[in-house]
Amino acid sequence: MGKKAEQMFFKYGILMFLITLGLIFSIISPYFLTVGNITVVLRQISIVGICTVGMTMVILTGGIDLAVGATMALSSIILAKLLVSGVNILLAIILTLLVGIILGLINGLLINKMNISPLITTLGTLTIFRGITYIVTGGLPVYGFPKGFSYIGQGYVGMIPVPVIILALVYGAGYFILYSTKLGRYIYGIGGNESASILSGVNVKKVKYMVYAISGGLAGIASIVMLSRINSALPNAGIGFELDVVTAVVLGGISVNGGEGRLTGVIIGSLIIGVLSNGMILMSIGEYYQLVVKGVVLLTAVGLDNVVKR
Amino acid sequence: MNKKILTLKNITKNYPGVVALRDVNLEFEKGKVHAIVGENGAGKSTLIKIITGAIDKTSGEMYFKGEKVENNNPIISIEKGINAVYQEFNLIPALTISENIFYGYELVNGIVLDKKHMYEESEKLLEELGVKLSPNTIIKNIGIGNQQIVEIAKALVKKVEVLILDEPTASLTNSEIKNLFKIIEKLRKEGVAIIYISHRLHEVFEISDIITVFRDGELIMKKDTIEFNEDELVNLMVGRDLDKHFIKNVDSRNVENKKVLELKNICTKYINDVSFDLKKGEILGIAGLVSSGRTEIANALFGVDEIYQGHIFVNNKKARIKSPRDAMDKGIAFITEDRKNLGLILEMPIKQNTSYASLSKWSNAGIIDKVKEEKDVLDMLSNLKVRYSSIKEKVKNLSGGNQQKVVISKCLLTDSDIIIFDEPTRGIDIGSKEEVYKIMMELVKLGKSIIMISSEMPEILNMSDRILVMSSGRVVSEYKRGEVTSEQIFKDSASLLKGRDYGKKS
Repeated sequence: MGKKAEQMFFKYGILMFLITLGLIFSIISPYFLTVGNITVVLRQISIVGICTVGMTMVILTGGIDLAVGATMALSSIILAKLLVSGVNILLAIILTLLVGIILGLINGLLINKMNISPLITTLGTLTIFRGITYIVTGGLPVYGFPKGFSYIGQGYVGMIPVPVIILALVYGAGYFILYSTKLGRYIYGIGGNESASILSGVNVKKVKYMVYAISGGLAGIASIVMLSRINSALPNAGIGFELDVVTAVVLGGISVNGGEGRLTGVIIGSLIIGVLSNGMILMSIGEYYQLVVKGVVLLTAVGLDNVVKR
Repeated sequence: MNKKILTLKNITKNYPGVVALRDVNLEFEKGKVHAIVGENGAGKSTLIKIITGAIDKTSGEMYFKGEKVENNNPIISIEKGINAVYQEFNLIPALTISENIFYGYELVNGIVLDKKHMYEESEKLLEELGVKLSPNTIIKNIGIGNQQIVEIAKALVKKVEVLILDEPTASLTNSEIKNLFKIIEKLRKEGVAIIYISHRLHEVFEISDIITVFRDGELIMKKDTIEFNEDELVNLMVGRDLDKHFIKNVDSRNVENKKVLELKNICTKYINDVSFDLKKGEILGIAGLVSSGRTEIANALFGVDEIYQGHIFVNNKKARIKSPRDAMDKGIAFITEDRKNLGLILEMPIKQNTSYASLSKWSNAGIIDKVKEEKDVLDMLSNLKVRYSSIKEKVKNLSGGNQQKVVISKCLLTDSDIIIFDEPTRGIDIGSKEEVYKIMMELVKLGKSIIMISSEMPEILNMSDRILVMSSGRVVSEYKRGEVTSEQIFKDSASLLKGRDYGKKS
């Protein structure tokens, strides 16, 4: 019986944590558990959430993509410039997605061809992409977009905000890829044992191109949502964003060594971060303290998980 | 004077749903070699891990020199003089031999490492163990046989009162085994208690004083070695009568005179001018010492190592093989000797491991038909009699024999016609071995062709239709079955060794 309970905790530990957190906040603030507030939380996590799906795939292969924040910033600036110069919204969105995918492929190229480790590769491209963003804008924000554009970030379908719908679609697609396609199987396999994957005839390089391209493409989608939400492209947007994404993924139980963890855990990881910020704001805890709490939560959750695993 | 050094009383170890050890009482004496035998999953590894404190016992007591051992852990047991050489290597690939031997127990002058002293000690030990390698050689550059010897050296450099050897000869050549036995003999005279675990019964009879048989977590029998005979021992281990515990490939009637594979003058970084062919329905055995280039033939054939010169023909057509993918497309499968590092993804479930190399078979536009996949996987696993509780179980939880069968299942699902078995029965128990041989024979009956690389002489002599012997990267001789003795094969395999420091790849 004791073992059963342990297994339950291992499997659902992160979920229990989320529920406990929710209970605490709903006791402290009666406003917390209202439809309005839950919608706010979901909308808040949508941008990070979209990128966690790509990051999950990258980390599962044993890599990491530190360039997501910079990719998002550069894509959003390009989108903003396109919109301001009067390009059709749909065309501009497609081009932005392409930009994101190409930036991701650059990461894949460096990792595959130059054999630079993912950490260093994406640290390098993070800096380069950010630099280009500043060069293109001269450090100034870009704004003044056509009217319809704000619908993506601010609109609703029924009671559900559009960004939340986009997030749900991205999760769904991610889940499908990871658990129903060859690509998904190979993503897990490569992170579990790259040499065995090569000997099993898997085109490991192609899979790596794919995951970095997906991560870049999702950063492109996130940039569209972000731009539409704040209606202005800031060259310094998304600084430190990659850390939020990695935090949610790791909190969700994805092993940084690759090959282990489920996407459902990542959804919960993202929710924990969203609930935590929201709850602390409701409790009027200062921003500086919030940072400390987030760090402590990450270490506690992952630490507990490891203790239980043993 | 009490000769008992280690006493186990009523030791039980439970895992969820499994009793790994049940109420074991056992004593070990100084100056004796205690062999422990049993099939995989019999509880031998669990027993060792409890002695060394790597895992906790569920109940029971352990006494060392009459004193009860509490809160045991590997550091405490090493301090007491209990040293274990595990079947799985615990070496650090990027460090040198000497650094590995002294790892965690470095000699120092003040706070400075005494490298000179450690170098000299390592050199002395390696010489005693009969290895001609510089202590400054990096571990990852030496063969698996030499790594095993470094593991043993690592144990010997510490204070040893109890030495546990878990399958120490699995990757050693005959001369290396002889050296090891000399050392065991010397340690026995010095009063060390040796716990020797092996599947190779002739070694057990040669070296041990006392044999303890385990089966399904229980101690079945303990007697002096001279009181046992081999058949009795096998029966006790397996728990059923085996008329003979070695299956023979009785005749070559399956071999058709049709070449499915031909290598012409193949050169890679490791092999030189290798030519041979493989016929339909044939088992071609490749013998030779460790690092004589046997596995490297497989690597050349499977697109792992670059081919500098020569050509490969599959079904009389020239084949360009640049990657494992190319090889598999040509119908070649490779069952690696290193199943943990190269054959399996240990953290993945059995099902995903089994289907991993042939997902395209069940996929349409990249989407896997999981129902078909699962059906084919289940069929294959039951064909090969793999024992598991659920295909969702991680493959690392299986015993060695069952893991090997998963690797084989995975290769068979690729529907390849040419299958390379590299050390097909390394580190697996007699029952599983027998099943692996049966599988191989089924395969040739179906018209598949097998290249079998092996260090086990009985395997080579009994299973192969033809035998190639390798020495220093070259094929030195070829025999039909029955035309050769193991002595001749040993002679041939050493024929090109002179003046070469084998094991060291330049």
